[in-house]
Amino acid sequence: MTPVLEARGLEIAYGRARAVDGVDLEVRQGEIVALVGESGCGKSSLARALVGLVKPTRGEIRHQGAPLDYRRLKEYRRHVQLILQDPGGALNPRQTVQAAVAEGPRLHGLKGDRVTSALARAGLRPPEDYLRRYPHELSGGQQQRVVIAGALALEPSVIVADEPVASLDASVRGEILKLILGLRDELGMSALVVTHDLGLAWNIADRVAVMYLGRIVETGTVEEVLIRPRHPYTRAMLAAASGTATPLQGEPPDPARIPPGCRFHPRCASRTDECASIDPPVLAGVACHLTPLHLTPLKEIS
Amino acid sequence: MLEVRDLNVSYGPAQAVRGVSFELDRGQTLGIAGESGCGKSTMALSLLRLLPDTARVAGRVLFEGEDLLTARWARLRAVRWNAASVVFQGAMSALNPVRTVGDQICEPILLHERVNAKAARRRTAELLDAVGVPARRAGDYPHEFSGGQRQRIMIAMALACRPDLIIADEPTTALDVMVQAQILRLLGDLVRESGIGVIMISHDLAVLAQMCERLAVMYAGRIVETGPARELIDDPRHPYTRALARAFPTIGDPASRLAPEGLPGDPPRIADLGDGCAFAPRCVSAEAACRTRTMELWPSGQGRAAACVRVLEGEAS
Repeated sequence: MTPVLEARGLEIAYGRARAVDGVDLEVRQGEIVALVGESGCGKSSLARALVGLVKPTRGEIRHQGAPLDYRRLKEYRRHVQLILQDPGGALNPRQTVQAAVAEGPRLHGLKGDRVTSALARAGLRPPEDYLRRYPHELSGGQQQRVVIAGALALEPSVIVADEPVASLDASVRGEILKLILGLRDELGMSALVVTHDLGLAWNIADRVAVMYLGRIVETGTVEEVLIRPRHPYTRAMLAAASGTATPLQGEPPDPARIPPGCRFHPRCASRTDECASIDPPVLAGVACHLTPLHLTPLKEIS
Repeated sequence: MLEVRDLNVSYGPAQAVRGVSFELDRGQTLGIAGESGCGKSTMALSLLRLLPDTARVAGRVLFEGEDLLTARWARLRAVRWNAASVVFQGAMSALNPVRTVGDQICEPILLHERVNAKAARRRTAELLDAVGVPARRAGDYPHEFSGGQRQRIMIAMALACRPDLIIADEPTTALDVMVQAQILRLLGDLVRESGIGVIMISHDLAVLAQMCERLAVMYAGRIVETGPARELIDDPRHPYTRALARAFPTIGDPASRLAPEGLPGDPPRIADLGDGCAFAPRCVSAEAACRTRTMELWPSGQGRAAACVRVLEGEAS
């Protein structure tokens, strides 16, 4: 089946920095994919390219199999909607909830009342209670629901959410994740969720793509990647999240100076001499030429 | 070392902190968990009287037996830095952008310890080294460092005058997973090596569980549950702690797979809190008594207490 959203050989360069450096990624119908990685790994650039906000230097984006045509971006964005981290910043403080949610359909010339149904779907019930309110009268969780309602009003086929719960309180976080999961289950919507939070992937995603320094280094189902990680970087991330092993030393690397060979080798505990010269492709879901047998067990790293 | 008794902080009619009590000894780590607006930062800053004048603070904060809330200004100045220091969240805004980090670390040393500039610089180099920032970079400005390095510099500053207590307010919040783990490890090592007491504030239970022996969970200005960190997370007695613990799933736990858990509703506004349990409106097991009865921290196990009537009922039955 044709993926709903697809990136092929995608590259995004800002000057000398290769933020995205050859990424293949697909989101299938009704699937939630989590794109995880450290800050600076290029995950937000990739997300922005997927909604047409950044034009890739090389490679292609396809929606339902058709290449993204940058002359017809408006039409494209109706189908692929972006949700950002900070709902306070995404909403106009002088616009009521009604005006904020109605803006998308108005710009796209869509008929009928889409606002109340979108609000209800986003969990703001009864919608009538929210229509006249301003963003400052809403809590952070409610604001994020308004942003999601704004996206839903266009009935997109896929949403790209960049850290959708990172700015929200712990107890509200789960409610918004439930909402995203519900949209998939009830409307068959697809989603790419960009996050640094592996727990979030475990909570809602079907598949995970782990990004490091501009490239996907491991991809697979959530169970494969998070329970039986194969790439040393994925293993280090999981260990850091659970506090069980010494985390990687050093800072997230600089996309303007990508190391030769395997881009992860300077920080890798399992590296061999070959790693400095072999740039491993993503084979069978993992970009590491070492077999699991050769990897240093995490508990011995510290 | 530190004994807080019935601490109350209010801004006008709004009570941000309502009757918080706890104790902390040297070498102990206490995590304060809660959501934004629960009063955790206000509580922590009030310990060293760092709040603006509009805040009214009542209760007792006994540090080595001396009440900091009534201490004379000169005495309080001596306690700050020397005896107790703060690592603020958001290192970029807490550091002065137009002074080198070396100067900023030197400043409290020169002010509080009778040493010359040369000794202060030597100590600064040692401190930077201890937190994993190359000492040769003492002459650099904050913007020349990464977020993780700036947070390390903040920790170096907090350690400058060899305090007995560090209050860390969301020290890793804006940082990446990997850098966050590095900073937590650094703080943990410092505590173990020097026997410093740490109060760490965070909304992230998982972070606190890694770092702290004991936890206190705050909701609407009150501590609603307290006890050993691991026990609190694995076997919470207060429904709010339970909800917080579930909000951060354990990877590999089948119960949370494709099942995110949150709490319906929003945290209460501190201005309109009435009688009874502040959590009752969001609680799935609330009963009539929850809305009227005054909540206290009732014992709920060895070294544990929870402010939930269910705990009392459990005792009775």
